[in-house]
Amino acid sequence: MTQYRPQEDLSKRFWVHNLQELRRSASLATKVFIQRDYSDGTICQFQTKFPPELDSRIERQLFEETVKTLNSFYAEAEKIGGSSYLEGCLACATAYFIFLCMETHYEKVLKKISRYIQEQNEKIFAPRGLLLTDPVERGMRVVSFLAVLCEGTELLTSGLPGEDPQK
Amino acid sequence: MNSSYLLSCPYLAVKITPAIPVVGGILFFFVMGTLLRTSFSDPGVLPRATPDEAADLERQIDIANGTSSGGYRPPPRTKEVIINGQTVKLKYCFTCKIFRPPRASHCSLCDNCVERFDHHCPWVGNCVGKRNYRFFYMFILSLSFLTVFILAFVITHVILRSQQTGFLNALKDSPASVLEAVVCFFSVWSIVGLSGFHTYLISSNQTTNEDIKGSWSNKRGKENYNPYSYGNIFTNCCVALCGPISPSLIDRRGYIQPDTPQPTAPSNGIAAYGATQSQSDMCDQDQCIQSTKFVLQAAATPLLQSEPSLTSDELHLPGKPGLGTPCASLTLGQPTPPSSMPNLTTEAALTDILPLKEEHVGHQFLTPEEAPSPPRLLAGSPLAHSRTMHVLGLASQDSLHEDSVRGLVKLSSV
Repeated sequence: MTQYRPQEDLSKRFWVHNLQELRRSASLATKVFIQRDYSDGTICQFQTKFPPELDSRIERQLFEETVKTLNSFYAEAEKIGGSSYLEGCLACATAYFIFLCMETHYEKVLKKISRYIQEQNEKIFAPRGLLLTDPVERGMRVVSFLAVLCEGTELLTSGLPGEDPQK
Repeated sequence: MNSSYLLSCPYLAVKITPAIPVVGGILFFFVMGTLLRTSFSDPGVLPRATPDEAADLERQIDIANGTSSGGYRPPPRTKEVIINGQTVKLKYCFTCKIFRPPRASHCSLCDNCVERFDHHCPWVGNCVGKRNYRFFYMFILSLSFLTVFILAFVITHVILRSQQTGFLNALKDSPASVLEAVVCFFSVWSIVGLSGFHTYLISSNQTTNEDIKGSWSNKRGKENYNPYSYGNIFTNCCVALCGPISPSLIDRRGYIQPDTPQPTAPSNGIAAYGATQSQSDMCDQDQCIQSTKFVLQAAATPLLQSEPSLTSDELHLPGKPGLGTPCASLTLGQPTPPSSMPNLTTEAALTDILPLKEEHVGHQFLTPEEAPSPPRLLAGSPLAHSRTMHVLGLASQDSLHEDSVRGLVKLSSV
């Protein structure tokens, strides 16, 4: 679950508050799921194919850019190379006690990702009435876009009343 | 084995060097450490899909397959993906409601899909998968060193003693050594063999599952080469043992939210039988009887795994052929930890969940192909019923009844 940082900027505070509102009302939302793309093996990647349900809500290019950035973050997290080997060997040598003190590289990147997603929600998606959920909350199976009901528009709802979108 | 080793320690420590028990001790603690780590870490369990995701997937599959086919069981669902030039089939897991990633498999003992599923190890009491494979490997490797170490020094101990007092006297002096030597000898063969096997698997980047099925051929130039291998042994080993570990995707400390408060279950067969009667009174439809049959069959078939615990509250949307009945309060929820995210059990009745366990159990039931015929079972002794209800009946039967009624009300309000 994303924690809210203390916001200094008033406009940011507005968007954060709005985001909270959006999350609460997300129970009335249509959900669009972007599934994993396994064409490169078992690494974490999401499909960049543009879902038709979002056609009216967001530009194709923005969507693709977001998904591609997410994919690049995950690639960075799972990258195998000198630094990851070093971390692995160091961890083994200290009998994994070192993870009591420091985070793994993967966890650091996951934090970066959730910050990025929150930023994107604030700047790009909330104004369009969309909410992007962090894949880690969905077991890395999907990236989901919640299209929240806006004033004056009607959306077909397939969501369930009472479901907590945070989980 | 270790206790008799401890008995030989003083002798060896004095005779040869005190380093022997020290090294032995270190190895022992390392073995125990890796064992505990393997047992208690999450192997890479994939949490079950949320109902929305499951519904979305179902919709996509229905679109792909045309309208839902008739027949009791929907057709098996697979998706094909091309990885590194190889065509890999992704199967749909009926229990977890997801398309399994490549190399993932559903463990029937743990009742979860596990990423990069290797095998379920009964000695360790856990699945071995992506996140704990290296610990498992270190466990068996260090255990093989320990076994060889102990065997060597037990033999040394006996030899040194027999140099002093003669062979038979030496055996009389330390009787445990014989037993220890025998145990170690057989252990060495099995454990060292296992370590060797896993070393081979790591160097070719395969899982035990894939090796047993013969999915990938080792010879170069053949058609089904392993698409996951990095090409050389060194890289494969490094990745398996020193690669990044992804964090756990499941919340192991969260509470599972029950859908409704469950009063204590009656433990006598009579009440259970009575409840079964009321349930069958309630559901008249053919489909309901069919699903009851199915569950009874499954319950009667000796299954290896432990019986799952149920939540009685999962209901279907009508329209799913053969299964979409409101009275399938027989459908099952998820078992106890490692469990998926809490909200799955909190769903209101308006979900599209297929009968999870029913299908799953049915799936397993069909595979070994041993089927007690339905009419025979349904002609059903109270014994079969009460046994079923014992399987099902952790929740009270009253609440089952209540919940199915509630579910009916909710469905009628759609």
